[in-house]
Amino acid sequence: MPMRPPVTMPCTTPFASLPVRSVAVKTVRSKKEKTMDVLQYSPQALSEPPSFAPGYVSTVARSPRKPLVRIPQTLTEVTGPADFGERLLRAPVHDMTREGKGEPLGERIIVSGHVLDDRGHPVPNTVVEVWQCNSAGRYVHKKDQHDAPLDPNFTGQGRVVTDEEGRYRFVTIKPGAYPWRNHYNAWRPAHIHFSLFGPCFATRLITQMYFPGDPLIDIDPIACAVPSEARNRMVSRFDIDTTENEWALGYVYDIVLRGRNATPMENPQ
Amino acid sequence: MSDTLVSEVRPLTPWQTVGPFFHYALPWEGGENLLREGVLGERIIIRGRVLDAMDQPVSDAMVEIWQASSSGRYDHPEDNRTEVPADPAFIGFGRCPTNEDGVFTFHTVRPGPVPGPGNTEQAPHIAISLFGRGLLRRLVTRLYFPESEANAHDPILDLVGPERADTLIAKRDEESGGVPTYWFDIHIQGENETVFFDV
Repeated sequence: MPMRPPVTMPCTTPFASLPVRSVAVKTVRSKKEKTMDVLQYSPQALSEPPSFAPGYVSTVARSPRKPLVRIPQTLTEVTGPADFGERLLRAPVHDMTREGKGEPLGERIIVSGHVLDDRGHPVPNTVVEVWQCNSAGRYVHKKDQHDAPLDPNFTGQGRVVTDEEGRYRFVTIKPGAYPWRNHYNAWRPAHIHFSLFGPCFATRLITQMYFPGDPLIDIDPIACAVPSEARNRMVSRFDIDTTENEWALGYVYDIVLRGRNATPMENPQ
Repeated sequence: MSDTLVSEVRPLTPWQTVGPFFHYALPWEGGENLLREGVLGERIIIRGRVLDAMDQPVSDAMVEIWQASSSGRYDHPEDNRTEVPADPAFIGFGRCPTNEDGVFTFHTVRPGPVPGPGNTEQAPHIAISLFGRGLLRRLVTRLYFPESEANAHDPILDLVGPERADTLIAKRDEESGGVPTYWFDIHIQGENETVFFDV
């Protein structure tokens, strides 16, 4: 059984006041000799949560304590699993409400958005993997022991590929909130897990999409490991144009991956 | 200076943990086997454990690898070197959840050397992403091979420095069925903490 208090919910982080607007991007001088210096993707540190966020108890024994070693991106990091189409991963699932024999219970929703890089360029043809619990807050996972019903018509996993303009769209059931044992009376806000590749190894991203107006977001140690301004970027917005008449509510969730300059810049000297 | 300030950069979407319940969604059958019919090069097995601060196995982590082919070519448009032959039977990406003992296994080929910054050459290596419950963002590391003389001149190992570079060198294990096998433990925290990279 969960123990009573010790943990109170920290919802401030030491990074909350850092500006995230502009970054210095290293460019590569054009060189006469052939080298494999590669254009660098923009740094990530400012928008990442720290590895160690004690409010999320599992990070305590699972976070490195030595500083990360900063390395330049090499051919290894600017290549990656991209454009592998159907050679890898599971089959596409665009509509998670049609995986069972009947209709799953809960509120049918449409989730769509753009995958962009930080220069605003669309990220086309990239795989977006998604997974979530059902409307009662229960995952189809043997280790999920939450006392809520499984839905025989809902698995809650899918994957889609962005189109030429970086757009994706899938249909699902709105996930429920569920308790976890991080601290007394701990509840995860409703969320959908997202896993993206982008163009290369350096652009990999796993995140969670939250729903607007959810009071649990700002008391959730996982969401709160991210500074509040950045946390808001993980909250989808309700969109009446994505909503379909007499069928399903629509939410928009745009995702921004690391980008880089499209062409090497000449040294003005 | 070659630094350029880019003012109109959009803020990135932050990382969140993969959580404990990804198994029915992310791993796919054969995800840990990078070998396809006709693949070129020497087959090898990569095996290891993910361990926490108390050296306890992490049974709900997920490991992804990315590597070059046996000739040292990446299956990606950015690697457009015509002088290095591509292997159409090799993609170079694998994914494996850890089991109850925290163990992951990959069946792959020994990667070739690849170019590094400037005129350097990188020793054969495998890039690793680690995800899991309690990991708010991925941890990035690399596996190098113990018998590789090129390690001495690898520009990334050089940045790591001699004190901790050995955390990136796999150990030769007993062969399984005649296939060279390498053991690579990932220590997330503690005395033998593995080197993780900011890339």
